Amino acid sequence: MKRAHLYVLSGLLAAIAAALFLYKVLIFGFPLKPEQRTDVWRVEVQIRFEADGGPAKAELYLPGRTDAFTVVDQSFVSPGYGITTERHPGRGMRAAFSIREARGTQTLYYRAVVQRGRANSATERDPQPEVTPPKREDAEQAAAQAIVKAALQQSADAATLAALLVKRLNQAMPGDEASFLLGPRPNSRRLASVAVGLLQTAGVPARVVNGLILVPERRDAQFVRWLEYYAGGRWRPHYPAEPTVEALRYYLPWWRGRGALVQLSGGTALDPRVSTNRSYELAIHTALTQQRELEKKLIEFSLFGLPLQVQALFRTLLVIPAGILLLVILRNIVGVKTFGTFMPVLIALSFRQTGLIWGLLFFSVVVALGLAVRFYLERLKLLLVPRVAAVVIVVILILAGLTVISFRLGLERGLSIGLFPIVILTFTIERMTLVWEERGPREALQQGLGSILVGALCYLVMSLRTVEHLLFVFPELLLAVLAITLLIGRYTGYRLTELRRFKVLAR
Amino acid sequence: MNGPFHTAERLRRNGVMGINQRNGDYTLIYNSRARYPLVDDKILTKELAARAGVAVPELYGVVEIQREVRHLPQLLERHRDFVVKPARGSQGDGIIVVTWHSRALYRVADGSTLDEEELCFHVSNVLSGIYSLGGQIDKALIEYRVNFDPVFEAITYRGVPDVRIIVLLGVPVMAMVRLPTRLSGGKANLHQGAIGTGVDMATGKTLNAVWRSAVVTEHPDTGNPVAGIQIPKWDTLLDMAARSYELTGLGYQGIDIVLDRDKGPLILELNARPGLAIQIANQAGLRTRLEAVTRHRAELTTVADRVAFAKRRFAATGGGE
Repeated sequence: MKRAHLYVLSGLLAAIAAALFLYKVLIFGFPLKPEQRTDVWRVEVQIRFEADGGPAKAELYLPGRTDAFTVVDQSFVSPGYGITTERHPGRGMRAAFSIREARGTQTLYYRAVVQRGRANSATERDPQPEVTPPKREDAEQAAAQAIVKAALQQSADAATLAALLVKRLNQAMPGDEASFLLGPRPNSRRLASVAVGLLQTAGVPARVVNGLILVPERRDAQFVRWLEYYAGGRWRPHYPAEPTVEALRYYLPWWRGRGALVQLSGGTALDPRVSTNRSYELAIHTALTQQRELEKKLIEFSLFGLPLQVQALFRTLLVIPAGILLLVILRNIVGVKTFGTFMPVLIALSFRQTGLIWGLLFFSVVVALGLAVRFYLERLKLLLVPRVAAVVIVVILILAGLTVISFRLGLERGLSIGLFPIVILTFTIERMTLVWEERGPREALQQGLGSILVGALCYLVMSLRTVEHLLFVFPELLLAVLAITLLIGRYTGYRLTELRRFKVLAR
Repeated sequence: MNGPFHTAERLRRNGVMGINQRNGDYTLIYNSRARYPLVDDKILTKELAARAGVAVPELYGVVEIQREVRHLPQLLERHRDFVVKPARGSQGDGIIVVTWHSRALYRVADGSTLDEEELCFHVSNVLSGIYSLGGQIDKALIEYRVNFDPVFEAITYRGVPDVRIIVLLGVPVMAMVRLPTRLSGGKANLHQGAIGTGVDMATGKTLNAVWRSAVVTEHPDTGNPVAGIQIPKWDTLLDMAARSYELTGLGYQGIDIVLDRDKGPLILELNARPGLAIQIANQAGLRTRLEAVTRHRAELTTVADRVAFAKRRFAATGGGE
């Protein structure tokens, strides 16, 4: 009776999942496999600030058309704001969001779909710019002159001059002219600005370019700077970081000059965030162009209609059920022992930040050190809550210590261990000590290893690109996952480990 | 050996029950959630049993809040020996059996000693819930230490042996005697290393034993044979087990009974999710017996009926049918 109910429910869920899935694949032509290289990107800028109460205006540079990329679609989401765009020659397009009266936190969005263009504009000539050598103080001027003079003697044209100047700045020694110009805290942004100044001093028109490196699923993208010089009737780029040709494919120039991305008046606490996303738009777009209105609405009401930052979040959220399903199978059908019910999935989530090997290493080290401290605390006879609190503090200290050590050793991955769920680690340690004392080290290590093994397996499943792609493009598949989970909920057969346990009874 | 499917098939044929089936077909079906607190909280169980006239070890006192821990030594002064237990403990964790004590030194059943501070710390830990299900705040109870019947003396290494009986709908289905070993530290819990011997339901005589998933014929510490020992007052035990259904209303439960030299059988605790190792101890599957009970459910109304059914159907040779 109850079983029939369950079978009907699971069957229904699976049927809905299959129907939606097939409809999207066969009729819409949604891609089944993650594409190796998509040339369409979605870029989103979120501008958030506290309005003063009076008129507010935010001016945002927009990515312009370049040889490499074309903005095929852009949209502004800014309730109540008027929007004007204006071209600033030599700097780029700029949009102004303005409002007569604004109060409280304001959030404005700019979204653009960027597509790699074809290099057909090569015949156009850029207008000859004027050179305005930068004004410097006497000492700086002398240093600049010295560097430029040396570089001019060794260079043949503007391209080699730019390369030589950047190289000279890169090799700045403490106390020499180059480091004097770069200032006390040189970085790549500063370097690009100084190089532009030097080129202008040498009489070559030059400017700073601010751009993005397009990365799939980047929630907080940072701008990088490079420079452009004018030669042979065209602006030509020079990249101080010397990226490879392959990496260059993902450089998106945004605006020129030293100005900030957003300029705000009438507000404070400006917080612009940029996210980038490799887009499935193209495949879906072409599939959609032949479709009717209803189907377009369906897309708008799917995950693709969400802001990029939220989409990136859902990419992570939607793979969790895949891990959970695996966990359910391992626990109820295989019979692996783990600490806590869903702890392995949480471990797997933190592995997504650290990578598997490092995750396993850090997890073991933190738990081992934590256990040592916990065993010591046992001798002090502390009560439960303060004792767990003490372990939390120690775990945080261990995390901080490990991060510093691994950073000093040059292990960049070490920086991500701060993302380990501290409370989960603490309770793992606490549970493990109790099991250790009550049931002996064997049982404790067995459960500990079980947890970490299941965590690693969940991670491996959750990080499969196909799994992530399928669940994000076809979230209805979660209904099928739900159906399977419900069915396992009524699986009353033996667990694999029980076959071993009851072996003597299998006469 | 053979493939897993082959093993599973033979286990199924022998009526062996797995944990998924215990949960899915028995505890979830026959045990109502609302009644779990009756067995999860040993103080409640004791009150219930006392009201129904079922014999339980006498309760000396309850420590409910941290402040009362200070008065613990005064409470204990009056008793030469006693047992400290978490009210909501699971699987026998957190139980300390004190066999003798002086002013500030307590001798534990496993031979070690605790000073007053250590004992108070243990009770504080119990109150803060480290042994309780789900880590919730707990109480500690101090109760009569069972002066166990010498019947199992030859096959016990310290501690108190007890008899576990699985009861479905008031019918005793399977039983085992749990015997402490050196490994189990005087505790009668199989996962802590105690051994369990099967019991012939018809006569109350012990059968061979299971120790860490293997069948043994002798006690690992004393070397004496474990089979063929008659459990005294077996009919009383069956009667108590059958009555426990009306006591808690739980359809599927495990009941732990100790045999006291003077007071006879006493109910130690009840368990809503009894373990499955009892099948290995009895060399028999639970499912066959449980299904026999559900098939004849309608006929089994009185306690006497149910005991008689158990003795008739679940004798040692074979699995019931």
